[in-house]
Amino acid sequence: MELPILSIVTLLPLLGIPLVAFLPRRFPGTARAVSLTVMVLTFGAALYLFGVFDGEVAGFQFVEDKEWVFDSIHYKLGVDGISLLLVMLTAFLTPIALLASVQSVGDRVREFCIALLALETAMIGTFLALDLFLFYVFWELMLIPMYLIIGVWGGPRRVYATVKFVLYTMVGSLLMLAALLYIYFKTGGTSFDYSFFTSTLAKDGAVGALSMKEQVFLFAAFGLAFAIKVPFFPFHTWLPDAHVEAPTAGSVILAGVLLKMGTYGFIRFAIPFFPDAASLYSAPLMGLAVVGVVYGALVAYAQQDMKKLVAYSSVSHLGLVMLGMFALTREGIAGSVLQMVNHGLTSAALFLCVGFLYERRHTRAMADYGGIARVMPLFTVAFVIVTLSSIGLPGTNGFVGELLILVGLFKEGIGSVLLPGQLFQWRTFVLIAAGLAASGIVLGAVYMLNMLRRVLFGPIRHEANSQLSDLSWREKLVIFPIVVLIIWIGVAPGLFLGKTQATVDRYVSDYQARVMKGRNPKTAKRNQALLKELVEIQVKDHLQGGDGIVDLRKIKWKKGATVEGSDD
Amino acid sequence: MESKLFAAIPWIIFLPAMGALLAGIFGKRLGDRFAALVATAAVSASFGLTLYAVWLLHGEADPATVYVLDLYTFIETRFLDIQVAFQFDRLSAVMALVVTGISALIHLYSIGYMKGDRSTARYFSHLNMFVFFMLLLVLGKNLLIMFVGWEGVGLSSYLLIGFWYEEMAKARAGKKAFIVNRIGDFGFLIAMMMIVVYNQGSLDFASLQEWASSGASPIMNQTNMTVICLLLFLGAAGKSAQIPLYVWLPDAMAGPTPVSALIHAATMVTAGVYMVARLSFLYVHAPLAMAAVAGIGVLTALFAATIAIAQRDVKKVLAYSTISQLGFMFLAVGSGAFATGIFHLTTHAFFKACLFLGAGSVIHALKGEQDIFKMGGLAGKMRVTHATFLVSTLAIAGIPPLSGFFSKDEVLASAFLGETAFPVLYKFYWAIGLLAAFLTAIYMMRLFWLTFRGTTRLSEETHRGAHESPWTMTIALVILAVGAAVAGFLGIPGENHLLQGWLAPVVGASQPPLVHASPVLHWTLLFASVCAGVAGLTTAWLFYRRGPEGPAARVARQFGWFHRTLTNKFYVDEALGYLLVRPLRRVARFCYEVVDKVLLDLFVVNASARAVRLFGLIPRALHNGNVQNYLLAIVIGLACLWIVL
Repeated sequence: MELPILSIVTLLPLLGIPLVAFLPRRFPGTARAVSLTVMVLTFGAALYLFGVFDGEVAGFQFVEDKEWVFDSIHYKLGVDGISLLLVMLTAFLTPIALLASVQSVGDRVREFCIALLALETAMIGTFLALDLFLFYVFWELMLIPMYLIIGVWGGPRRVYATVKFVLYTMVGSLLMLAALLYIYFKTGGTSFDYSFFTSTLAKDGAVGALSMKEQVFLFAAFGLAFAIKVPFFPFHTWLPDAHVEAPTAGSVILAGVLLKMGTYGFIRFAIPFFPDAASLYSAPLMGLAVVGVVYGALVAYAQQDMKKLVAYSSVSHLGLVMLGMFALTREGIAGSVLQMVNHGLTSAALFLCVGFLYERRHTRAMADYGGIARVMPLFTVAFVIVTLSSIGLPGTNGFVGELLILVGLFKEGIGSVLLPGQLFQWRTFVLIAAGLAASGIVLGAVYMLNMLRRVLFGPIRHEANSQLSDLSWREKLVIFPIVVLIIWIGVAPGLFLGKTQATVDRYVSDYQARVMKGRNPKTAKRNQALLKELVEIQVKDHLQGGDGIVDLRKIKWKKGATVEGSDD
Repeated sequence: MESKLFAAIPWIIFLPAMGALLAGIFGKRLGDRFAALVATAAVSASFGLTLYAVWLLHGEADPATVYVLDLYTFIETRFLDIQVAFQFDRLSAVMALVVTGISALIHLYSIGYMKGDRSTARYFSHLNMFVFFMLLLVLGKNLLIMFVGWEGVGLSSYLLIGFWYEEMAKARAGKKAFIVNRIGDFGFLIAMMMIVVYNQGSLDFASLQEWASSGASPIMNQTNMTVICLLLFLGAAGKSAQIPLYVWLPDAMAGPTPVSALIHAATMVTAGVYMVARLSFLYVHAPLAMAAVAGIGVLTALFAATIAIAQRDVKKVLAYSTISQLGFMFLAVGSGAFATGIFHLTTHAFFKACLFLGAGSVIHALKGEQDIFKMGGLAGKMRVTHATFLVSTLAIAGIPPLSGFFSKDEVLASAFLGETAFPVLYKFYWAIGLLAAFLTAIYMMRLFWLTFRGTTRLSEETHRGAHESPWTMTIALVILAVGAAVAGFLGIPGENHLLQGWLAPVVGASQPPLVHASPVLHWTLLFASVCAGVAGLTTAWLFYRRGPEGPAARVARQFGWFHRTLTNKFYVDEALGYLLVRPLRRVARFCYEVVDKVLLDLFVVNASARAVRLFGLIPRALHNGNVQNYLLAIVIGLACLWIVL
């Protein structure tokens, strides 16, 4: 029998819970040590998974499929190039979060460890589930430990923050549940299987194929659930509150992993299930994403509180991820997947750095610092590197992700072949969006370097800051693995991109194939004309000994083909 | 064109990187002396290797030979193919020589200059890191590696400007430099994206050249090429401090003076010129962009020279002078004389580095005094500094036979004679350039005279304490001054123009324009530029020979408002503060305080929560747990039912 590696990665943390639960309350250290061991073992298993995962294969690997409830609900797990990196990220960040909380979480340590372990299982399960029911179970399961982590170990306004966070997320989740049940019954009420849904929902003539109208409503329901989680402008106001009240470990997990659930949901479910709706609404969504990029950066610039600043920077960065995703080009998707990981690492590291300062001075206001570089040189090095990664400096991971996303956008803007709207307007729109998104590199530098200047540089203005100690060995252990990854991905991203490549290629070509002959009435006719042209060119190119990859420069865009009946 | 594998290229680049790591990690434990030695040795070794590579390249039969080395794949998708790869051709050879050579000298100089500073190890680590990124920029085989180096030097510059970060003004200056540079980088990035899509996923210079020369394709046309070139020039204007992005460079003088000499005079700020020369094959297809490059360049040259005349801080004068000289370089490349731009870049590296280091030597001797109105009479105290400063002053003023004469004359001549799309416009450029050259001579003579000659205005104590700097510092001055004196012989007008011949295989066979010109025109132009220099020197001497209180002060009083405008640098920083920085801050605050907190959170999110609660009041009132009420409701309900039925 094959090793059920996915179940091991998912359920190992769950197995840790009874171990911790039966420990006496008097030994918080032991509880931490046991949970940490379990988490490290989980990370080891995830590393093994990363090693054996074949990046050349496009489909799901290591699939486990067992009947669970009745015939229709299965326990089905599988991993592909998109979920692999996110699972790795989760398994990497959870032990770091636990280590980071050693000082700040002093009471009910056992319970805290249990919450984190349960959270880890829920997060990994969400990324790996291939049965929508199972996915929904994990998705909702995540809420409970997170609710406890903020609500029990959080700051003074934790009740307000948790209620807001949970209610907001629940509203979206319930809509998604309704939509999920709708497609379940629409397709005959036989299965919640992911592949079954992708193959029937958007297929003409299949039993259970959706009409355009249905697609739009269902896409909206799924999309809202995910948009809240991202958080997508304007659904982001729960995020700063939750971050400010959460303990450092909570912020690390929240920014590092939980926000990725939203973007992952779009890429995994909303787009493949409802491709025509996604294509129809890609323009407004990209518009909102761009607004998010700029708006998040501006609001971050207005902050006095470091945690809020980092929280709003997440709104900005995830806007870019969404933008890359909805360009729906290979580079855009690959970039947005990588950027999810990058943002996870970078924002987690930023929250850790803020946490280090908070544990020393019990304040997050930038005005209470200044001149820290003199007393905490090692911390300064780490903080500066993490900041540079956040503003996407070449040589850090942030740059690679941004670069791919921008290439994806420009490819769509200059040489789009899929046209959810009129060709000329669509291209101009994408190019403007890409330009605005790229302006984020300036705004990002403005607010992040402003924070550096106010916190690290200048004279020491407060007496309390002159005696601060530099990073302890535990803090080094927490922050430096992330710094290493930041530089590794920035300098040589090949290993990580290689794992996603085949999956992303298949993903995009599937999408293109479906939308090309899709039923979106506005685009179908024109797309077909273009497709014909494209195929002709491909064939010609192939005959001439080319590799069949279309050279966009060779396409002679005929006015009639591109813009039927429009004034363009 | 022939490509040959050459394994030593990475060593040229990575030796300084190793030096940076060693000095940074072990510098604290092993002492400043160790850090300084490691850093200086690393850069010197890199210089040695560069010399060796240039010597090999010189021996190649094919002048277009390029040494290349592909290290590994950076990003590869079905569309993109970007390698971490380096190339060493004749253009990068010149630039690499300038960078490593001047860097080695300035490392040596820094040993004396930074002695006793508490963060010497950090200083040398950053300085080595700068050289590493600069070499990445120069030796990259594709646009992306160039961009990595491009942003990397920006980072080094940020860290070194804010080196003494405990002074808030210096930390601020670093931040300003980084952000203004990022505005330029934004242009570079977008241009790069357009190129990579049009060029089918490759950013290699070789493939770009092929693509650009293959002619227009249906999508790719001259408009797009112009847009790309202008966006690239936005990047160049940021890095090379041209209008409107020059504002960071004067502030950047907050860094240690050797840093100003290396980064903000000789090497990093010339990266924009190098980039335009490197991508000359794109620019020749976009004459409009070329005219813009030359126009912005010459306007910057004039504008900055005007400001330099009224500055009192020795480093500020030199900073505006650098901006102005960079403008001359852009005038050259914008006129299609790419080799001339590189020629002026090279000579400028010598005399400007020498001037900055000389200024540093003075500041060092006067314990931090930078106001030239308070100096004077240092010639006798600091003989080497004085002599080298004088040579460089004459060189930058364009006095024959010093280097600046040859290169500046060539710049102006290429603007006048170059075969461009808008000949009349370029004649105007030439006239503006000539005026700028005249002003250059004025502000340089003023600077030199007020600093070194005349009677001293220093306090007696400071004047007595002034002394010549140690040999590690003066040796750099002497070498640079010799360079400033003789580097012009690389470009003697005519058939034997060494640099033109050397660079022709890379930047195209743009013949030295003076060759085509009739001898009369040739000599007239030459005479004009020499006159401008001499006239400027004389004017300044007449005005300032009695110190700042001479005729100069009378003129300044007479044109009070104009003088004030000049000393306040045309109020550009203030204007930017009002028009850009404050509005940005206000918009940010508005977004947060009004849109986020009130509109979204209060009116929508929390209001909907309240609405739900309000709605909940009705069932809550009903479900109050009072059995009598329930009974009452049942009775009423039954009664209603009975009536209805």
